[in-house]
Amino acid sequence: MDGNYINALLGILLSAVLTENYILVKFYGICPFMGVSKKIDTALGMGMAVTFVMALASAATWAVNLLLVALELEYMQTVAFILVIASIVQVVEMFLKKSVPALYKALGVFLPLITTNCAVLGVALVNVQEGYDFLQSVINGAAGGIGFTVAIVLFASIRERVDKTDCPPIFKGIPITLISAGLLALAFMGFSGLKIF
Amino acid sequence: MDFKRQFREGLLNKNPVLAQLLGMCSTLAITTSLFNGLGMGIAVTVILICSNVLISALRKVIPNQIRIAAYIVIIAGFVTMVDLLLQAFIPALADSLGVFIPLIVVNCIILGRAEAFASKNTVAASAVDGLCQGIGYTVALVVMCVIRELLGSGTFGGGLLNGGEGIRIIPEAYPAMQMVMPVGGFITMGLVVAGFQWLLRRQANQKKGAGK
Repeated sequence: MDGNYINALLGILLSAVLTENYILVKFYGICPFMGVSKKIDTALGMGMAVTFVMALASAATWAVNLLLVALELEYMQTVAFILVIASIVQVVEMFLKKSVPALYKALGVFLPLITTNCAVLGVALVNVQEGYDFLQSVINGAAGGIGFTVAIVLFASIRERVDKTDCPPIFKGIPITLISAGLLALAFMGFSGLKIF
Repeated sequence: MDFKRQFREGLLNKNPVLAQLLGMCSTLAITTSLFNGLGMGIAVTVILICSNVLISALRKVIPNQIRIAAYIVIIAGFVTMVDLLLQAFIPALADSLGVFIPLIVVNCIILGRAEAFASKNTVAASAVDGLCQGIGYTVALVVMCVIRELLGSGTFGGGLLNGGEGIRIIPEAYPAMQMVMPVGGFITMGLVVAGFQWLLRRQANQKKGAGK
């Protein structure tokens, strides 16, 4: 492994966490971002579960894509990827339930939701589009998940305070939440242009 | 079935985007020009109708335990068809929507309607439901697009009118670029939802007033 390759890996890591944050810049995974960000604890749990599944899904879809390319079935990508992701989520759920019950209890509710999280399918599709190799794909998946966690935890801590404020009735609930998300996205815009290599 | 009621629910009371807050990823990400918004809206409507019809037709065949997996496969099949058709016939739209076309698979509106409506109702009612919810989604997208495009690029109908340039309304030096960026997406969506809640509230108050 030469220096350039490691630099490229670091570049992927940094851009997936900050400059190309999956939620606040690319808009993948907004549903859980809005749905599970009422409390910091649950947001952290969801973030961890998503990070884990995204890294696993990146690895698995990389292998599946090799198979699809070999069989010249690239047009089946979407169907194959979503099936792989759904089965990974199912397997992870069963595995955790059996062997790490404590973690399962913490993440349990969020696991089924992850299947329909666009961030997971999104990262698999981006990996293929960018032509990443195995290691790059896994790093992109894990870093995307970390970026998701950073965004959702930051947002949950803002939201805990926003919910207590006295805002006009028509803005109560979702509208004010969306606007605070907008301000958080504005802060993340500050990272754009940040490049180490 | 009450077509009028279904239509009103899809457009207003149970609007998939503005009232149920489903399918937010695509709503926020691609609403930067009228062309994108209309294209995405129509694509989702077509997929929603097809998947609703097929799922409703198969509702007695699909075993309950694996229904979600079956729905996802059916939806993914239709999404792939639409994706390939768009690439072949409207490549400009396929380019500008990019990865968000395959991501329609995980758009909660479609899976949500499959689970909440198509799995319990007849084929015809499900088709109508798909159409109404799809129209509700398209209208919400178009509203977002018009606001963001006007404030962000200063044009109307980008990608469609005036040879793809759009009609310029605000001179080139003034528009705030932030509006077509993620920030603008969140803030516009927040304001549109607030306006929508105000509208619903006023309607409810009027009904209450009339009842007295």
